[in-house]
Amino acid sequence: MAMFDFISRMFGKESSSKNVATERLRLVLVHDRANVSPEMLNALKEDLIRVISEYMDIDQAGLEVALNQEDNTVALVANIPVLRMKRNYASNAS
Amino acid sequence: MGEVIVITSGKGGVGKTTTTANISTGLAALNYKVVMIDTDIGLRNLDVVMGLENRIVYDIVDVVQGNCRLKQALIKDKRFENLFLLPAAQTKDKNSVNTDQMKELVGNLKPEFDYIVIDCPAGIEQGFKNAIAAAERAIVVTNPEISAVRDADRIIGLLEAAELHDPMLIINRLRPAMVKKGDMMNIVDVEDILAIKILGVVPEDEAIVISTNRGEPAVLEQTSKAGQAYRNIVKRITGEDVALMNLEEADGLVSKLKKLMGIK
Repeated sequence: MAMFDFISRMFGKESSSKNVATERLRLVLVHDRANVSPEMLNALKEDLIRVISEYMDIDQAGLEVALNQEDNTVALVANIPVLRMKRNYASNAS
Repeated sequence: MGEVIVITSGKGGVGKTTTTANISTGLAALNYKVVMIDTDIGLRNLDVVMGLENRIVYDIVDVVQGNCRLKQALIKDKRFENLFLLPAAQTKDKNSVNTDQMKELVGNLKPEFDYIVIDCPAGIEQGFKNAIAAAERAIVVTNPEISAVRDADRIIGLLEAAELHDPMLIINRLRPAMVKKGDMMNIVDVEDILAIKILGVVPEDEAIVISTNRGEPAVLEQTSKAGQAYRNIVKRITGEDVALMNLEEADGLVSKLKKLMGIK
């Protein structure tokens, strides 16, 4: 088994356990540092749907909201598929 | 006026108390006048690590509550005339000291000592707040392990929030053989993630277990690698520029190559 591990590492098929650890750590720290819980992210998602739906029809099932880390900054990235624009959004709002 | 240093980590069991004992003893060996404060009320251990458990009469809660004078509670070390311990209380309520009392206590020690080293309890509750309340400098201890690094990150955030800026990191219990195999995070990995300056790296060393058994800090053992690492850390604390010890294959191949190419 040890030999197999060694070979698969040599060919880069399997990441070493420390790489797994650093990757997991990076991800978990994005959330820790932003102080964001999955519950909060869900609540944010629902609010986004409610607000955006006033202006356009969106594909709610396809909506993705996530925190991404690049270097030392964290960005909130939302991918929201738009089905169609609402023509009369202004009259709805008034 | 002395400098006040807190040794903290978030996670328990990473080596805060051992680090406090070794740094303090190392500073005393360089003829500085040093006092250690154990703030882990209810779970005191610095006394046994220093081999001073039989000499305790009064503790930090006695001082705060006025049961004794501060000088009466200070225990003189076995080896060094210029090293003292203010022990934590073992049986009292862990909330019996507050941050104002801690500041006053440390304020009274500052004119008398060159270094005041505070051993912080694990966790982020009252004990942690007390330990950092009077500190001017923070040392964060971690292990190259996912849960310890995560907690260290949280602690660094809390130190910043408490305006205790530029904490320094000690990576404790690094196992060079595992790092070489790629089964343990290396110095560069941990430094990248936590983004703070490294004060030192202490390798896993059986000498630590043996010296703790005996109640004699490993920093005094010339042949111990961990002892050497602690001696280097002590010198860096006093402002001397000492290169990181060669832990022999302490870095993975990739970071070695990076170093060769100057990427760091």
